[in-house]
Amino acid sequence: MSKVVLDDADIGRAITRISHEILERNKGSEDLILLGIPTRGFPLAKRIAATIERIESAPVEVGSLDITLYRDDLRLRPARPLEATSIPAAGIDGRVVVLVDDVLYSGRTIRAALDAISDIGRPRAVQLAVLVDRGHRELPIRPDFVGKNLPTSHGEQVRVALREFDGTDEVTLLDAPEGTA
Amino acid sequence: MRHLLSAADLDSATAQLILDTAAELATVTDRSVKKLPTLRGRTVVNLFFEDSTRTRISFEMAAKRLSADVINFAAKGSSVSKGESLKDTALTLEAMGADAVVIRHSASGAPHRLANAGWIGGTVVNAGDGTHEHPTQALLDAYTIRRHLRGGKGDLDGLRVTIVGDVLHSRVARSNVLLLSILGADVTLVGPPTLLPTGIDSWPCKVSYDIDEVIPGTDALMMLRVQLERMQAAYFPSAREYSRAYGLDRERMVKLPDHAIVMHPGPMNRGMEISAEVADSDRAVMVEQVANGVSVRMAVLYLLLGGSGEAIATAEKSGGRAA
Repeated sequence: MSKVVLDDADIGRAITRISHEILERNKGSEDLILLGIPTRGFPLAKRIAATIERIESAPVEVGSLDITLYRDDLRLRPARPLEATSIPAAGIDGRVVVLVDDVLYSGRTIRAALDAISDIGRPRAVQLAVLVDRGHRELPIRPDFVGKNLPTSHGEQVRVALREFDGTDEVTLLDAPEGTA
Repeated sequence: MRHLLSAADLDSATAQLILDTAAELATVTDRSVKKLPTLRGRTVVNLFFEDSTRTRISFEMAAKRLSADVINFAAKGSSVSKGESLKDTALTLEAMGADAVVIRHSASGAPHRLANAGWIGGTVVNAGDGTHEHPTQALLDAYTIRRHLRGGKGDLDGLRVTIVGDVLHSRVARSNVLLLSILGADVTLVGPPTLLPTGIDSWPCKVSYDIDEVIPGTDALMMLRVQLERMQAAYFPSAREYSRAYGLDRERMVKLPDHAIVMHPGPMNRGMEISAEVADSDRAVMVEQVANGVSVRMAVLYLLLGGSGEAIATAEKSGGRAA
């Protein structure tokens, strides 16, 4: 059983709205850095940056931040391959970092990302943008910008497909078999 | 894979996974905090029965960058000099709770024995055993070659690597021949017949006795150290004659293709296998090899110790990420 909860037009509108909200909150794009969490947070960050550049006619820096080495569940599974980390050359000190991820769930990924950020530099502020917030937080973390709030049960899975990887833009909700959520 | 004992245990995909991981870990060096929390609470023992500076320091730095606790155990000044056996030393380390043992030993096969005798439960990494293997050196050489000649990506398919010198006593040469050929490179060994091991015909490489014939068709030239401490017999008439026949000086270096790099695993005998002028030229990548060694050893320790169970797991690619 699967249900499409966002199609590509919905995802496009969500990205446009998030871009406007980021600009509204930060009163422009000065000092902004968007850091996407691989794999699917990175293309989302690039799309948001492109949208902001269109609105403001000023360039916005984008990077990717792999959090594998900061995970709290490393010892529960075999060692994972690393994804790319690329931080803009100017660094993040004193800037406003907007973390971008596809799905916000337990909050543990974001906890790891905050640790990774503090090893890289000291931003003036860190904000969080996600395409889907599916609830069930296990840590005191909340998003600043949300594409869609999606109430789910633990047994369900949220699958995000993006053009860059999957050839199509789509968010689907699946009934997952027990224990894989 | 739970241990790293031989370069031959790796397949091309796993070797590339290690090199790709090393490339990501190399960026830690440029950060303000040069440390990752990944191996917090794990203990790595450097068990060195043979003298070593760069390999031991390299492993120590790699483990510390990943936040592991490091214990350096040198045979000199320990119970080993009182006659303790490898087994008893291993049992002691096991009782103290070592998660990984990085071992260098003058006896070929000592790491294999340590890993398979049931004395310890942890991971064993071969940091050089006798004249047998030195797999992390081969990995850092492959990483260096790949970075210079392949833009840091993929395998080494079709690259021509020449290894010159004392192949007989060289664990570096053996591990490099195995690993570089697994990665698709064409390896040629060059040296006097007395310094090439018997049975070399079965190695996955070509053999030549004439360095001048091979140099123009070489992408990466690796000069080996003449290991005087392992030589009990006369393998060549004199150091001067060796140097003239197989040493790399400026005259030979200029015959290399323009893109070619010159490597040496260190420590160098300047004036013997490599002239000071070549060693200090911009073709020479020795200093970079040392830096790459830390990244590669971080990758090995992360992949062997960072997870659970089957240590080096190959990259599984899921369709859309499900969360």
